[in-house]
Amino acid sequence: MATVPMMHALLVAGILFALGVTGLLVRRNILFILMSLEVMLNAAGLAFVAAGARWGQTDGQVVFIFILSMAAAEVAVGLALVIQIYHRFKSFDADRASEMKG
Amino acid sequence: MLNLLWLIPALPMAGFLILGLFGSRLSRQAIPILGAGSVGLSAAVSLWVAGSFFISPPAGYAYTQVLWRWLEAGSLHLPIALYLDPLSLIMMLVVTCVSFLIHVYSAGYMSDDEDMSRFFAYMNLFVASMVTLLLASNLALLLLGWEGVGLCSYLLIGFWYRDPVNGYAGRKAFIVTRVGDTSLLIGLFLLFRHLGTLDIQTLMERAAHQWPVGSPLAVAAGLLLLGGAVGKSAQLPLQTWLPDAMAGPTPTSALIHAATMVTAGVYLIARMHVIYQLAPSAQFAVAVAGAATLTLAGFSALTQADIKRALAYSTVSQIGYMFLALGVGAWSAAIFHFMTHAFFKALLFLGAGMIIESLDHEQNMFKMGGLRKELPVVFWTFLIAGCALAGVPLVTAGFYSKGLIVWQAEASSAGRWGFWLVAVFGVFLTAAYTFRIIFLTFFGEPKSHVHKRPGLAMTVPCVILAALSMVGGFVKTPEFLGNIHIFTGFLHHALPPVAATRAASMSEMGSEAWVTLALMAGFAVAYFCYIYRPEFSESLTRPAIGKALYRFWKSDWGMDWLYDRLFVWPVMWFARVDARDAVDSIYTGMARLCELFYHGARQTETGRLRWYAAAIALGAVIFVAVVLFL
Repeated sequence: MATVPMMHALLVAGILFALGVTGLLVRRNILFILMSLEVMLNAAGLAFVAAGARWGQTDGQVVFIFILSMAAAEVAVGLALVIQIYHRFKSFDADRASEMKG
Repeated sequence: MLNLLWLIPALPMAGFLILGLFGSRLSRQAIPILGAGSVGLSAAVSLWVAGSFFISPPAGYAYTQVLWRWLEAGSLHLPIALYLDPLSLIMMLVVTCVSFLIHVYSAGYMSDDEDMSRFFAYMNLFVASMVTLLLASNLALLLLGWEGVGLCSYLLIGFWYRDPVNGYAGRKAFIVTRVGDTSLLIGLFLLFRHLGTLDIQTLMERAAHQWPVGSPLAVAAGLLLLGGAVGKSAQLPLQTWLPDAMAGPTPTSALIHAATMVTAGVYLIARMHVIYQLAPSAQFAVAVAGAATLTLAGFSALTQADIKRALAYSTVSQIGYMFLALGVGAWSAAIFHFMTHAFFKALLFLGAGMIIESLDHEQNMFKMGGLRKELPVVFWTFLIAGCALAGVPLVTAGFYSKGLIVWQAEASSAGRWGFWLVAVFGVFLTAAYTFRIIFLTFFGEPKSHVHKRPGLAMTVPCVILAALSMVGGFVKTPEFLGNIHIFTGFLHHALPPVAATRAASMSEMGSEAWVTLALMAGFAVAYFCYIYRPEFSESLTRPAIGKALYRFWKSDWGMDWLYDRLFVWPVMWFARVDARDAVDSIYTGMARLCELFYHGARQTETGRLRWYAAAIALGAVIFVAVVLFL
């Protein structure tokens, strides 16, 4: 089985993470923000798996499973919040929900 | 049974703690029972202790009870210890018994006040502090009680704190007495520095041993202690706080500002009498302060319209008599006058309280009148107390105590003709202002409507005090009137008797005759001005000089005016001018800086989610960069 060089895997992970961050910052729709967040989480997970493969350890994959379950919980809570925000502001625009300021 | 002594201050203290901590949860019936009950028990214990002291006196007529160690530092050993000798015994007995009667009266007087538990808590704390002051075996413990009574005085003058005037009067009393307290404290430092102890009895022994008569150290110590005493006892030149202190509830005026606390200065000087025997010039200063105060305050009392202020000036004047007695070395006479004064002046204030309450808080005597028929019990008790204050011969206590002072002002070896003259003139003034008060309030045409009559809780203590004002003097009578000297004989175990009388001094009988004459003259003047020819007293104030003199005396010889200009205004001016100096700018600068940070940090809180995310991302990038490249 041809092994993917770790450098490549990390590069892909970095690109994915950067894409996620960009999406998080530029998107105003709160659903897309959540999706960008998922992309970032998976980028981190990919980095873990690649590193685990490089050192021949299972820890990388264990952490990825942690990340998956954490992401599932986050999405559950996040979507509930999204529904609440939509109820309140009749919109998915995150900038509309800016009432709590100092 | 002398070892019960510690209960006498402890019981009111317990009352204070219970009322202070749980006062709001107690029912309105329980508060007076607890407040007066704790002092009543204390009075009962002190009667019990006094009885056993009389029956089987301890060795040397002194009993010390060490409770626990308080401070141990180098050569300074301060135990919490109580010292009972004839002097502190008599003071303690009078204070607890009069306090109990006034507490019972307060139960009636304050029954409608919403803050009754706070009132009784303060009053109990006062009794505890006062007894601590009297029984203290060392000067530090005495100072603790001394400051404690000052605190209670402040709290009770400003008791009705919603009126800013009362708060102002409380602050004035506190600050003016503080001047005296500072002097007292310096005196204590001086005594400790040179005699190496603060225990009063050891101090007396060492002073007599180390200092010759007239030594400058003794004079300095005597004058510094006198400074403390004139502050607390409202004598010249620190007497200005007492008339304003009448802003407090009337039972407070009766207890603290007439019967007990203001005589603490007299007690201090009597307690430290050895110092004054070593410093004749300091003792002379005591006599001069007393003589000056008794005449000046007598004139001021003559011109007051407010019944409580008139009585306050009368208190100042009577304490002047006690100081005069101390100043001529008639120690027991001062304590004798303290005792009779506590009875009749407390009664006068309680009577004034009943009048004021029955006339719906009217304090102006010129709006009273004709109350003789309306309030008979008040009239008779007030009359008895007034006669005792003026010193009506034979039947009142005031006659015996004041007569003794007047006579010894001349006859004692430290006496002077001048003191005697001033004292006799003081009797004239006392009679004039006392009967002026009585005539204005109880005689003439009724000018105000009586709203309510005092209940039993208020009249019974007054009747008891009236009885005491009559019979309280029979414990020491002059030679030509039975020559009883139980009181002075008992006191001579603690205080030296009057030093040998001077040759060619006047007889006691002659002095008493002059006192009686002065009294009758004062009565005649008051009768003429307020009953026989009421228009005459008004015509006196019509010419410019009469008016000016009246205003001058009414404002206490312009003392407040003078002190305002000498001390208060310069300080206020400086405070205003110096409000923004360099020191202040440091603190305002710190506040400004915090405000600046606040405004800066506020800008970041936009509530925009994506800005926060950007800030977190940027922060993470910066941290990673720092870790990687530095």
